[in-house]
Amino acid sequence: MPSAAPAAAPSAAERFSFRGAFAERAKKEIAKYPEGRGQSAVLALLDLAQRQNTRTNCVTDAAVETIASMLSMPRMRLEEIASFYTMIHRKPVGKYHLQCCQTTPCMLRGGDRIQRCIEETLGIRNTETTADGRFTLSQVECLGACANAPVVQINDDMFEDLTCEDMERLLAQMKKGEASKGMPKGMPKGMPKEVLKPGSQCGRRGAEPREA
Amino acid sequence: MVKVLVDDTEQECEEGMTVLQACEQAGVEIPHFCYHDRLSIAGNCRMCLVEVSPGPPKPQASCALPISEGMAITTDSPSLRAARKGVMEFLLINHPLDCPICDQGGECDLQDQALAYGFERGRFVENKRSVGEKFMGPLVKTVMTRCIHCTRCVRFANEVAGVDTIGMLGRGEDVEITTLEQTLDSELSGNVIDLCPVGALTAKPSAFRARSWEVDKTFGIDVMDAVGSNIRIDSKDGRVLRILPRLHEDVNEEWLSDKARFSCDGLTRQRLDQPYVRKEGKLQAVEWQEALALVAQKTRQARARCAALAGNHCDLESLYALKKLLQGQGSQMFDARQGGAQFDPSLRGGYLFNTTIARVAEVDALLIVGANPREDAPTLNARVRQAWLHGKLRRAYGVGVRCDLTYPCHWLDDKPQRLLKIAAGKDGVFETLSMAKRPMLMVGYDALERSDGKEIWRLCGAIAEKAKMVREDWNGFNLLHRSASAVGASELGFNRGLEGVQSLLVAMAKGCVDVTFVMEADDFDTEALDRCFTVYIGHHGERTAQVADVILPSAAYTEKSGTWINMEGRVQRGFAAVSPPGKAQASWRILRALSETLGAAPAWNDLQGLRENLTKEHPELGEQDRPLKAAWTSLGKAGALREEAIVARCDNYYMTDPVSRASETMSACTRTRRELRTAASRTSASQASRP
Repeated sequence: MPSAAPAAAPSAAERFSFRGAFAERAKKEIAKYPEGRGQSAVLALLDLAQRQNTRTNCVTDAAVETIASMLSMPRMRLEEIASFYTMIHRKPVGKYHLQCCQTTPCMLRGGDRIQRCIEETLGIRNTETTADGRFTLSQVECLGACANAPVVQINDDMFEDLTCEDMERLLAQMKKGEASKGMPKGMPKGMPKEVLKPGSQCGRRGAEPREA
Repeated sequence: MVKVLVDDTEQECEEGMTVLQACEQAGVEIPHFCYHDRLSIAGNCRMCLVEVSPGPPKPQASCALPISEGMAITTDSPSLRAARKGVMEFLLINHPLDCPICDQGGECDLQDQALAYGFERGRFVENKRSVGEKFMGPLVKTVMTRCIHCTRCVRFANEVAGVDTIGMLGRGEDVEITTLEQTLDSELSGNVIDLCPVGALTAKPSAFRARSWEVDKTFGIDVMDAVGSNIRIDSKDGRVLRILPRLHEDVNEEWLSDKARFSCDGLTRQRLDQPYVRKEGKLQAVEWQEALALVAQKTRQARARCAALAGNHCDLESLYALKKLLQGQGSQMFDARQGGAQFDPSLRGGYLFNTTIARVAEVDALLIVGANPREDAPTLNARVRQAWLHGKLRRAYGVGVRCDLTYPCHWLDDKPQRLLKIAAGKDGVFETLSMAKRPMLMVGYDALERSDGKEIWRLCGAIAEKAKMVREDWNGFNLLHRSASAVGASELGFNRGLEGVQSLLVAMAKGCVDVTFVMEADDFDTEALDRCFTVYIGHHGERTAQVADVILPSAAYTEKSGTWINMEGRVQRGFAAVSPPGKAQASWRILRALSETLGAAPAWNDLQGLRENLTKEHPELGEQDRPLKAAWTSLGKAGALREEAIVARCDNYYMTDPVSRASETMSACTRTRRELRTAASRTSASQASRP
């Protein structure tokens, strides 16, 4: 069966294949499912492809093409899946993807101020990426950490109990590139915790009451 | 069986049915958009809400809920009505209020159901969302703002048509149906127009031409392929506007091929609307009397040296009248296999699609010889795909031109010699076929129209016999016809001999024929006509009309009441939707007038009389809408085969006969497909060159 022919054949530079640890992991993901049911690994593979692409942090057309042929799936099915899940990006995303929660608890605890702080510091608005391609801001709905509102998710990590000062500090650290070493979307997960410490920024360990 | 209560009436249903189906069986109509009984269940429109007990205390989508013993279903209550009203209001939130300029108006599910469940005014004051148009080729017009995301088109393309270029991208408010700017590369793409419950996908060729209630609806039979699809011809002001499928479970279900649906604009172009006679080398318009008198004079002189050739669209009545006319002259030279297909027209079991179209669903092993069912009979191919998708079909083999059939087919070879191996019974293919419970063999015109066609035909018969494909309750030998008149002509004895038209053309070229009647046939070597006086009875000024000495204009298939027999031997009748242009007449009428001018007036004066005579002579053809029964007889011993590969006899699905060749829509389709295929071959070439 012919899969959807792409508008133009990907050139050599655009071709995609899983490399090194990513290739191993991809194989493992497919092997999780019974023979012939490898398509179930589609989300895992899309995520891996996105993490491997440290240049634009998104799933490229070439990657879609490759995964489609790996799983013998029509290209259109992959496009549908990739466009449905917000964690999969089809357009370039900055090295730091800031997802700022604006659902009620976060908003009541000043989530909107946090977002404004990001906007002003970086000079970008919701859905935009900075000119240097380092930061992307997305306004999102509940991230599931309401007890520690307001919350911002940066790549794979949550930053909770934020104040504008915290946010500014975090942004400055990221800008300085302190956190860039070994960062994020790669497979060894997370960022150097000693520099950019995820979790509660006011020292809470859980949802215990704050000291007044 | 499972017993359920539908609105307090007891209903016996089959196990595994859904609540919606149970309600429909009980005669209660449940409003729905996304549910379609020939597609998988999506359950995303939420319109088909009902209450069930025992069950959750809130309305349930009945299309996705299986029935269980003792289930009580409530289909109408104040709370249900409120719930449906709510669903309807949400569906209408982003649906534009453009019914006055929408082609779906009058046949729109959303419009109809909004009448029953909609609010009288909208409460939504925010901006409506608008979606850009999508390109879906020259047949399907899109206004995607109207889309309610039922995904019927996506499911149809995936499941029935077997193309995966259409999908639903995004989520929530950003959801869009799209093809990523690609044509739907399918011969069945027009069906998404019928499936679309709103005006998002409408027919491009007939856009803005008429309202559904303004058109005259006539029941007809399609002649573009040999399936004999049941069609409804919609006409207005004496012109055919569009052709739609008519439900027939055993023939075309509710699908129709694109050529059958959209080639109707060819019916108004290049038409012959008055008789012509060649005078001093030029065709000149004349009156009927003059033309008929000339033909009669020539025919009288020629006596038995008359011959006739009929085309793919001919109805039973015209073929019968033409045969009688020639027999009256003492001639037995006639044939309707203009492409030169070779098979024995006296062996019914050898030329029918014996398995019958409906039972294709049961097939578990398939051998295709010299055919491309996807193009020869798209609706039939969709059934084979269903057999592969939902049925037991696991092995499909092909001998002939490699093509994409929308299901996996193992192409063995393009040379017919491969069949000898199978017939010898010593290879895996033979084993698969003979072990199968419902094996099927399809031999097509690519093989039969070769000069050794009859040998391939006999060899296929031998394979069918040896692999025991013909059993008491199953006949797996099938001839996949391309011509809608092939079976009818064979039944009437209009087709003669194994060689068929080839021997006829040779006789003409040798000068053994003085007068040749060519009825609606343009796809043969017209050079053979050089040495005889040619009378063309047809409707399009095409190849044969150019070399004819007399042209007698006839009615096309939408302009006459006629009977056709489809490839499985099903006698079906169509009716005239419009009158033929100018002075054109139905062919049987022309032939009757000619017989009278010849002084040999037939016993019948009208269509009724003709049909009575016909059925008296061929009593089996009197019974309509049931496949003819054929006893199996051996097809004879196969002779030598040529070493050459089987080649495709028609390279363009969209243009195969005078009507479709005259159609602008079909030429647009041809262009789009060519572009698509060139792009695809470029991609695969570059992929092949990858390290």
